[in-house]
Amino acid sequence: MTEVRLETQALSRHFGALRAVQDINFKLGAGARHALIGPNGAGKTTFVNLLTGVISPTGGRVLLAGQDITAKAQAERVKLGIARTFQINRLFRGLSVLENVCIPVAERLGAASSMVYPAGWRTDVIEESMQLLETLRLAAAARHRVSELPYGRQRLVELAIAIGLKPAVLLLDEPAAGVPSAESHIILDAIERLPQDIAVLIIEHDMDVVFRFAKRVTVMVGGAVFAEGTPREIEANQEVRAVYLGQRADHA
Amino acid sequence: MSAAPVPAKPAAAGPWLDQPAARALMRRHRLRWWEALPWLAAIGFYFAFPDYLGFGSELLIAILFALSLDLALGYAGIITLGHAAFFGTGAYTVGLLAFHGIWTEPITSLILAALAAAVVGLASGLVLLRTRGLTLLMLTICTMALLEQAANMARDITGGFDGLPSLPIAPVFGVFEFSPLYANTQFLYSLAVLLLCFAFVRTLVYSPFGQSLTGIRENILRMHAVGSPVRRRLVICYAISAALAGVAGGLWAQTNAYVNLSVLDLDRAATVLIVLILGGYGRLYGAFVGAVVYLALAHFLARFYPTAWQLGLGVLLVLIALFARNGILGLGETLLRRYTARRAAP
Repeated sequence: MTEVRLETQALSRHFGALRAVQDINFKLGAGARHALIGPNGAGKTTFVNLLTGVISPTGGRVLLAGQDITAKAQAERVKLGIARTFQINRLFRGLSVLENVCIPVAERLGAASSMVYPAGWRTDVIEESMQLLETLRLAAAARHRVSELPYGRQRLVELAIAIGLKPAVLLLDEPAAGVPSAESHIILDAIERLPQDIAVLIIEHDMDVVFRFAKRVTVMVGGAVFAEGTPREIEANQEVRAVYLGQRADHA
Repeated sequence: MSAAPVPAKPAAAGPWLDQPAARALMRRHRLRWWEALPWLAAIGFYFAFPDYLGFGSELLIAILFALSLDLALGYAGIITLGHAAFFGTGAYTVGLLAFHGIWTEPITSLILAALAAAVVGLASGLVLLRTRGLTLLMLTICTMALLEQAANMARDITGGFDGLPSLPIAPVFGVFEFSPLYANTQFLYSLAVLLLCFAFVRTLVYSPFGQSLTGIRENILRMHAVGSPVRRRLVICYAISAALAGVAGGLWAQTNAYVNLSVLDLDRAATVLIVLILGGYGRLYGAFVGAVVYLALAHFLARFYPTAWQLGLGVLLVLIALFARNGILGLGETLLRRYTARRAAP
């Protein structure tokens, strides 16, 4: 594997008797396109929350580029290069699309604590944000209030806010969730056009998306890693089919 | 706090900055012609109603108090019903210094009032702003009640329930005296202080810091996730808002030449909230519109229906809550947008 960006060692989180995440050893290298799949309640989102520092683990460590960040708060981890999106949109609903993107960009460029000059003078922030919107084909909607956009476009803004942080590691929690299938390709296109170097971990239920996007797949069941491999290996794994893929096929 | 240099004003715009959305953001902080109107109206008031300058000073102080609340509530989304804590701290700072003959110079007294209120804001903010919503609301009321009781019980220093009467306030610049009969000095002095504070608040809300406060109001969880030091920003904002409320309280003590427990009570905190909601919060001029409408209504309703004037205000507030959630200014904006949309339509 190339340079390891993000690593967990025996990472665990117990909620009382519930072992939501248990002894996970996981590595994400530069340029990784890694999918995390598993049935509902498998602990995927808890795992992401542990990586980003929303909750703290009951055991184990999280390393970013070799540095132990287990004790670091969420905002500090963002400064060190971990960004995420949310399963349910967390947008600045009352603000315009452009303002939504300016907020993370200003934060990253260290502009956001200045009080003495107008935000409009930080043309570097505005210019970069407009460029980012253009790469996501959102530039035409830049002036619109984000809550007025169709849901698929809002999902794209959700992604744009994370990309505006120029992360080394990007965690995507079901980026296409809730988007009508006719529109989901705009999300997938955007993910495929991400800079190659970013290490991307995607939680996804839609196996078409997983197989189209991921180079490696980790299957979580009951809080633990059940299997890991290339998409082909995972698809061919009879046990995985039994606990997850087959089960989903039954539901379908 | 930030070592980043002030960027030069942009000379030439690149292709991205030519986009309408980018231009709108780059120009948002610019002064509009109508922003001169409140100040012209205030000067007009000074000449047109020389007998009402006491009322005018009260109005200007109400605007400043509501403006301070707007910074915390309207911009940063800090839910508070205890803002009189800072108004009262400022008022008692001026009152105690003057009453005990320690310091009577008005301008420096106001600065001390701001500092004292900022310290209370900072100390309470560090604790309170760990909470949100109703818990925060209740804790702000508690802080205010504690201060009110402290002022009530420290009778030897604060005069207790009777307060501090007949404060000696030195003339402004050593020249302009505060006369109890003619409120000319009080009015112009309050107007000047309001103008300075307004310029400060306006600069702040359009600054990158102000924009990040808006982000905190719109989605605090996402602000954490973009690496923003949310709590530090909230505490700083709260302390600044407290300082401005302290200036308003100090002005109130100076122009009235007395202080009593009313500066710290729930009634005052609720009134300033009503003023801001009436005018429209999070929009800078809501404090102006709200204060004018509230005080004018209170004045006239009290004259025509002395027994039940608060009923009229109650009905108005219900109407605002039902039909104009963004206050009078928000309603105006919506109507204006509809009108222009209709004119644009064929």
